[in-house]
Amino acid sequence: MSYSPPRDRLWFLRRRAYLVFVLRELTSVFVAWSIVYLILLLDAAVGGTLPEFWAWAGAPWVVAVNVLAFAATAFHAVTFLNLAPKATVIRLDGWRVPNFMISGGNFSAWLVVSALILWVLS
Amino acid sequence: MILRVNRYRPGVDDAPVFQDYEVPDREDWAILDALTHIKDTVDGTLSFRWSCRMGICGSCGMNVNGEPKLTCGTFLTDYSGPVTVEPLRGFPVIRDLVVDIDPFLANLSKVSPWLVREGEEPETEFAQTPEQLEAYKQYSMCINCMLCYSACPVYVLDPDFLGPAAIALAQRYNLDSRDMGDRFDVLSTEEGVWGCTFVGECTSACPKHVDPAEAIQRYKLTAAMRSVLPFTRRRP
Repeated sequence: MSYSPPRDRLWFLRRRAYLVFVLRELTSVFVAWSIVYLILLLDAAVGGTLPEFWAWAGAPWVVAVNVLAFAATAFHAVTFLNLAPKATVIRLDGWRVPNFMISGGNFSAWLVVSALILWVLS
Repeated sequence: MILRVNRYRPGVDDAPVFQDYEVPDREDWAILDALTHIKDTVDGTLSFRWSCRMGICGSCGMNVNGEPKLTCGTFLTDYSGPVTVEPLRGFPVIRDLVVDIDPFLANLSKVSPWLVREGEEPETEFAQTPEQLEAYKQYSMCINCMLCYSACPVYVLDPDFLGPAAIALAQRYNLDSRDMGDRFDVLSTEEGVWGCTFVGECTSACPKHVDPAEAIQRYKLTAAMRSVLPFTRRRP
């Protein structure tokens, strides 16, 4: 008769790597919040209700959530891009492109797109 | 040095208990040597698996201080203070440090871990270029030690998950130029690659430097492409 241990509900506290993983997954909630916020911003811009939107967005709790969301989304993006080489194996004439070049390419593209958006908005 | 060993004796213990043993703190002893010393000179009832003692057979995987390790390659000098030795997580315990590996073997067989061919038998050997060999060689180094399963919280929480080694082995054949099999229906499922949440600990635990996490993420990309373009086959 074999013994099967009961399910460990606090498994994510047993190892540091598990905890980091769970934190990374939880940041998805803030990514979702950021998307909803941007959709509301676009809706206000299209509907001509930007002053009301900015008044709401200036509320202390919205600012606090957005500061948290910015940090969480940045953490999510960095960990996501760092993991990207795992799923992307590129071979050029038999030579495997090293992981740091794939990550570097992703980070560069992120910076370029961010700079482009900043330029358009300003 | 104190070795705190997890004991489970069916018919005697309702649940595993820890038992402390004092072993000589020898510089050249692996954990497996200390366990063998206990069995030979202190307590002959202690049960554990081992075979080659050189990191090839994959039999002596256990949790050492909470980390899945091959005990033949993990030395007493790597630790200070009591060392806790437990059976691999995620598997039913048969006795002491011996786990039931049948669920693992069942998962392995699901992915058809062999060269699948169609058509007539070839008359000569299959030649491969070094590049073709390199494409899958890493995944062929797996010794089925199950450390990656013990490190994977997804498998420990859901034993229906195929698991890192089985999927890496499937990729070993998927990427082999000689293979003509299609493992899409097994791999592109919730119990297959989509069950993986990319914790990445399978790769960290692997003593042979196989990268199961990479194998799984690569097949996710393949499976996604197959789903978007369902008319494509794996091999033209």
